[in-house]
Amino acid sequence: MISSFFFYLFAAVTCLSGLMVVTSRNPVHSVLFLILAFFNAAGLFILLQAEFLAMLLVVVYVGAVAVLFLFVVMMLDINFVELREGFQKYRTLGIVIGIILLAELFTTFFQLAGDSGALPETTGVHNTAQLGRVLYTEYVYLFQLAGLILLVAMIGAIALTLRSRPGVKRQSISDQNSRRREDTVRLAKVRSGEGAEAKEGSH
Amino acid sequence: MELFTSEITLAHYLSVAGILFVLGVFGIFINRKNVITILMSIELILLSVSINLVAFSAYSADLSGQIFSLFILTVAAAEAAIGLAILVVYFRNRGSIAVEDINVMKG
Repeated sequence: MISSFFFYLFAAVTCLSGLMVVTSRNPVHSVLFLILAFFNAAGLFILLQAEFLAMLLVVVYVGAVAVLFLFVVMMLDINFVELREGFQKYRTLGIVIGIILLAELFTTFFQLAGDSGALPETTGVHNTAQLGRVLYTEYVYLFQLAGLILLVAMIGAIALTLRSRPGVKRQSISDQNSRRREDTVRLAKVRSGEGAEAKEGSH
Repeated sequence: MELFTSEITLAHYLSVAGILFVLGVFGIFINRKNVITILMSIELILLSVSINLVAFSAYSADLSGQIFSLFILTVAAAEAAIGLAILVVYFRNRGSIAVEDINVMKG
């Protein structure tokens, strides 16, 4: 009974904050509602006895993805009023299509999965341990591939956003390493009262 | 089949995922100019798919669904990072992120 109460609570807040994500005027509010939706989805995952994925959702989505969104929204100086021009025009069409899609999905769900019964009992092994046993044996190649995807995404994001502006002083390691003593150091015999003559080409 | 019962079945979780999915599609529909909101709608859709997979995994006592949900999480993170990087570069070059302006390549 108590778990069904929490299910309805988490489900309602997830759906409402999902609605606020897409209809909110200020994109910063959108991102904050997205974070709320992720937290409540994590609650749903806990009710489904998937604790590891719930924590992963909080860490990865809230901690990384949503903060990245927040950072970009705040960093870019965008006139968001201009971007909402088509909002009224497409709203009716969107609602109609959404209701049709939702009705179809609901009929399918309650006809096919309505009598699935209660959640199976847990076996006593931790969800994280169970996932580890499967992930590192049966799905090890997919796991490596996921790491590769993250690596490619990281390199891609850095390569896209890295830029070299002119006039910025930065260290050039190859230049430093290719300097030789003969090119830069000059020994001069300085007589007293005359000073050293500046050689051409040097400073 | 009653909708509001004290017993939570698979169909309830699937309904939540369905509502989130429809909200994501709706968000792409109504925010056609704002790339950031479109990306957030895509995140909502991926979240709904994740809920679907975890619900099926829990009710059929099979861990494969949770594994695939893990991979969806990975791909979603990579997608968000690349998408926002493209957005930043685009804003730097054009000074705007309106979707209609992205027609330089005439694709």
